[in-house]
Amino acid sequence: MRHRRRTWIPGLLLISPSLILLAVFVYGLIGWTVNLSLQDRHNARPAKGYVGLDNYTKLFTSDINDRFTHSLKNLLVFTLVFMVGTIVLGLIWALLLERRAKAEGFWRTVYLFPMAVSFVASGVVWRWLMNTGEGDNAGGINAIFHGLGLGFLESPWWTDPDWGMAAMAVPAIWQLSGYVMALFLAGFRGIPEELREAAVVDGATTFQLYRQVLFPQLTPTILSALIITGHMSMKMFDLIMSVSGAQWLTEVPAVYVWQTLLTRDYAKAAAISVFLLLIVAVVVVPYLIHVNRSEKRS
Amino acid sequence: MSTETVAATAPAATAPRRGGPAPRQGLPKPVARTIRYGLLVVFVLIVLMPLYVLVVTSFKSGREIGVNGQWNLPETWTFASWAKAWTALGPSFGRTFQLAIPVALISSLIGAANGFVLSRWRFPGADVVFTLILFGMFIPYQAVMIPLRDVVSWLGVAPGIPTLVLVHTVYGIPICTLIFRNYYATIIPEELIEAAQMDGAGLLRTFRSLILPVSVSGFVVTVIWQFTSSWNDYLFAIFLSNTRNGPITIALNALAGAQSPDYAAAMAGALITSLPTLLVYVLLGRWFIGGMMAGSVKS
Repeated sequence: MRHRRRTWIPGLLLISPSLILLAVFVYGLIGWTVNLSLQDRHNARPAKGYVGLDNYTKLFTSDINDRFTHSLKNLLVFTLVFMVGTIVLGLIWALLLERRAKAEGFWRTVYLFPMAVSFVASGVVWRWLMNTGEGDNAGGINAIFHGLGLGFLESPWWTDPDWGMAAMAVPAIWQLSGYVMALFLAGFRGIPEELREAAVVDGATTFQLYRQVLFPQLTPTILSALIITGHMSMKMFDLIMSVSGAQWLTEVPAVYVWQTLLTRDYAKAAAISVFLLLIVAVVVVPYLIHVNRSEKRS
Repeated sequence: MSTETVAATAPAATAPRRGGPAPRQGLPKPVARTIRYGLLVVFVLIVLMPLYVLVVTSFKSGREIGVNGQWNLPETWTFASWAKAWTALGPSFGRTFQLAIPVALISSLIGAANGFVLSRWRFPGADVVFTLILFGMFIPYQAVMIPLRDVVSWLGVAPGIPTLVLVHTVYGIPICTLIFRNYYATIIPEELIEAAQMDGAGLLRTFRSLILPVSVSGFVVTVIWQFTSSWNDYLFAIFLSNTRNGPITIALNALAGAQSPDYAAAMAGALITSLPTLLVYVLLGRWFIGGMMAGSVKS
């Protein structure tokens, strides 16, 4: 027993600086923000006292023009389009490449390269591509549609009051589908070859092979792709700031926090941040527990 | 022996699979092949389209930036916009290297140590600790941002790049730990550690002489990841720095963010901003995907 103790204590020591840093910078600061969100600090002066959950309920009951609800709706549309888009595109690319395409490295590199670009940089070009001019004033992608006689496809992009956020997801899909492709490729390559061979010997068609043999094996991959894209979407800030800037039409909670801080309403900004954290935690915490358990089982 | 283990693991995941029986195809082979490569080409064109626009527009002169002929090649190629963009971005370009290189190296090293402990030198409760560490990579950083500025200045860290180095390193620890933990769990056999312990090697010696030498693939992944994410970050940058002491994303946004920006200069600026990370991806991308695969294929 003494001997075992002596062996694991250095491990704990080696890792403890990280633990202290994360305890302070993750959990400590979250606690600080939660504490702030319960007070009435709505300007640069110190808070007068605690107000319970008022800052949270006010977001839903007395926010001007239902601004917070509006930002949540925007986030929902963005998230759905972004997640479906990256997963469908990433899966298609992985399927096209999974069986040893010629020059596989080239295709992979091209599909993955947008991931290397910052949202601030790609925002510059996407703002240009999603030019809202139509008809003879068409620019960017609309100009291509116009030139091809496909004028009905021309779109006001992110300036559309109802579906603008779906357009805002397009650059994000461009940027991250390659990453999802890499996840799926890794998943496919992790499936033992015998499984395929057995299915083929049994006379499975290609469709049956994928539907009944390979896809079920990819469940963990799909789950982690959903979690990764989902939490990225909740944090989306850089892209929106760089394509549209901070404005009503495209406001999501992450941008709302920034705008609220500019007016020095610290307590309200803290409440929005904590709400955003809760949305993420509701999904991520069960996922982490699930991963932890399934690792123990294997 | 351990070097071979790594060399053998990575290609094993991607070994060619010729020779096995082919499934019954719905379509005749040449047709299927044409469709497949046709789709690959179409997708490549779509993915590269923004890059084409960036390059072409950045070489156009002001007269040519209008609604007409937006997609055409420049009539006269000019570097004027590149010069203008470089004047605006140059100082922050250097600063961003001072940010991204230390962040990539330090957080990778910390991640390797943590990953090693959590996979092969475990202590009671290691799983719970790992889950608590991991949660840190999912949080929306807004939830820590408001007090963060006060805390770093209270700690006495200089504003601008030093602050950002600290912050990116700390918030990079979870993902680096995750990558190395999975990596070591795949490539380092438990018996190897036990043998080292029998020989009386302590934790640090085992880590330094046995583990670090076979960690190259893991380091490639975390270094690329941390380099690009600190290079590309805008959220921390806008909260904790400004155009005078901040990284290049801040400078680019100042150049391109105006209501009606000079698109030629903005696009040249976007290319300058992206060059280092693109270079890293093109040069190391192979190993990145390889390492991701080695890390994700869990035992």
